[in-house]
Amino acid sequence: MADLDQFRTETRAWLEANCPPEMREPMRDESDACWGGRNPVFKSEAQRLWMERMAARGWTVPDWPRDYGGGGLSPAETKVLKQEMARIGARNPLMSFGISMLGPALLKYGTEAQKKRFLPEIARGEIRWCQGYSEPNAGSDLASLQTKCEDKGDHWLVNGQKVWTSYADKADWIFCLVRTDFQAPKHKGISFLLFDMKTPGVSTKPILLISGTSPFCETFFDDVKVPKDQVVGEVNKGWDVAKYLLGHEREMISGMGLGGQGESLGAALRERLADDPVLRAEVAEFDVDAMAFRAMSERFIDELKAGMAHPAQPSMMKYAGTELNKRRHELVMAAGGSDALEWESERSRGGKAAREWLRTKANSIEGGTSEVQLGIVAKRILDLPGA
Amino acid sequence: MPLYLTEDQTMLRDTARAFMAAEGSIATQLRHWRDIGCKDGFGHALWKQFAELGFTGILIPEAQGGLGLGHVEAGIVLEEIGRNLTPSPFLVTAVAAVEALKGTPHADRWYPGILAGETVAALAVDEAPKHRPERIAMTAERAGNGFRLSGNKQFVVQGASADVVVVAARAEEGVTLFAVEKGAAGLDVEGVRLADGSIGARMRFDGVVDADAVIGEVGGGEAVLARVLGAGRAGAAAELVGLGTQAMGMTVDYLKQRKQFGRLIGEFQALQHRAAHLYAELEIARAATLKAQQLLDEASPEAEAMVSVAKAKAGAASRLAVQEGVQMHGGIGMTDEYDIGLYMKRDRVLAELFGDGAYHADKVARMRGY
Repeated sequence: MADLDQFRTETRAWLEANCPPEMREPMRDESDACWGGRNPVFKSEAQRLWMERMAARGWTVPDWPRDYGGGGLSPAETKVLKQEMARIGARNPLMSFGISMLGPALLKYGTEAQKKRFLPEIARGEIRWCQGYSEPNAGSDLASLQTKCEDKGDHWLVNGQKVWTSYADKADWIFCLVRTDFQAPKHKGISFLLFDMKTPGVSTKPILLISGTSPFCETFFDDVKVPKDQVVGEVNKGWDVAKYLLGHEREMISGMGLGGQGESLGAALRERLADDPVLRAEVAEFDVDAMAFRAMSERFIDELKAGMAHPAQPSMMKYAGTELNKRRHELVMAAGGSDALEWESERSRGGKAAREWLRTKANSIEGGTSEVQLGIVAKRILDLPGA
Repeated sequence: MPLYLTEDQTMLRDTARAFMAAEGSIATQLRHWRDIGCKDGFGHALWKQFAELGFTGILIPEAQGGLGLGHVEAGIVLEEIGRNLTPSPFLVTAVAAVEALKGTPHADRWYPGILAGETVAALAVDEAPKHRPERIAMTAERAGNGFRLSGNKQFVVQGASADVVVVAARAEEGVTLFAVEKGAAGLDVEGVRLADGSIGARMRFDGVVDADAVIGEVGGGEAVLARVLGAGRAGAAAELVGLGTQAMGMTVDYLKQRKQFGRLIGEFQALQHRAAHLYAELEIARAATLKAQQLLDEASPEAEAMVSVAKAKAGAASRLAVQEGVQMHGGIGMTDEYDIGLYMKRDRVLAELFGDGAYHADKVARMRGY
């Protein structure tokens, strides 16, 4: 315990000295996030410094081993670091699908060579990854994906199309589910493949959403040649890797329900609730649910670290967290009234409330719909019979 | 402190679970006492067994012969009580009253009996159909060497069999708590059977109690009452989590047995998704309740808000569990022979006890300044 106290003291001092003041202010929207990459776009010098300083200590991925660019911290130390960051409101220094999704899968399923090659550059924010999972005819039924991957002796040849690829137009590399066996049952012919988005034959096309933004793309593969050593796990066993990774994605998305670092929604909307007793009551019930869910998130993380969480628990978290987040934004819109309807004005910061509200509607679709998650909970946790 | 049970707490849970399932079962306790029309609504022999296992002394300091444990441990016992609908004075006596008397001369007077499982203590706060402890109207006027207590109380759980009642009244100096013994002059007690078979009491006070009856300081009752109600609410939340979890378990089991249209009804997606949603709600309620208990044990300033969150959330999750339980059991869910309906009735009583979900959501809102 004394060691942990000392770690806390040192961490607090280091963060005080190294986290720029601008990086202690809440992010205003998604565009304030730092994503790194080959051609990184920093909104400010402070943002660049903050990412580089954290990466230099391995604290972009505090609990990964030092050999792979991580901080080598114990679970308890990682928790202390997160607490100390939260204490000063420090922003996440690096948003990254490499960190939240691919990294854990590589740590579990990657070869030593793959770990050494890919993990450090993820930790340093040098390569931005995207995820090639969904296809036009493989959404909730992801395992029916059809992107073809042929063994051409000295390389793989990939043809097909992905959709809903987040930030594919900005990503450097893709981790991708492809079909390597068309004869086998659908779950048993899938492989998990990594390749450079600059490879000839890869193209992307952004999709305009109801929020007016384009975080997702269609991604096309036309005779894309991929080196043989870029399969993660065994050929035709990519579904295991995919499922493991989806668990991490669900954890990340379920964390969104935390929204706004635990600030009470009612406190934020105070003036707008004063003469609206029914809305005030709804917001109060929301705050109760949000505080309860925050306790659930804390419990879930503690149980994960202790290896006590049910393997399907991320599905429950994803379901509950995303539904909660949608409710939050419905209430924000209701409290905002016609102010919240403005789409472009400076007053509305470019329609922030309305655009975020619309964006949240995807929360319970992406990464497995709420209905898919409920089905998983029913079958794997409650052990209800298959239909 | 990680948000799961420690090894010692897990051992306590295992002990409490095995004990309550064997000795506190619905058939041997709730139905037995209900069906013979017992005036107390619970078994004194079981209360003694609680004491033998140390349960009644969980919140009593070691120096006074108790286990000196906390609200997490009290909650562990209450969750098992909730699962089995075990009638007992545990919540009002070993949690609420023990908290009320803590650190006062009344503790020396009453703790030994509670530790021995011989004493029942109750808490008289509510004066109207809804829990509004901010509006205590019962008066305590100085009279001779003591106070004249005048007013009415209701929903005094186990009040009909209590040896001592902790009473909240308003003195000139402010809210004051009194320990009023059974049979005190001017105390009229009417035992009232509630929907779940438990016995509450309506009490009418019009008599003088000695100054010694004051718990703590005259006018200093608000802070003590807040602590007592915090303990009681966290405890009720734990009981609700246990109740809801068991109701869900029984219902999920039923979905795996009952066949209609040639297949198990648990195969129907309409029911699967509702069951999965219920599971999520109960998991969240369990986490909120444990968090509240831990914060109480740490004497954290955030405890009060989290306790309200826990009581509201556990109430909502448990209510969903019993409503889905009766509905998914179909016709037999409406019969007295099946236990699921007993869960619905107990849930309704616990929902009101120490403030319902609306009361606590409003309290959270006020604490957050809106």
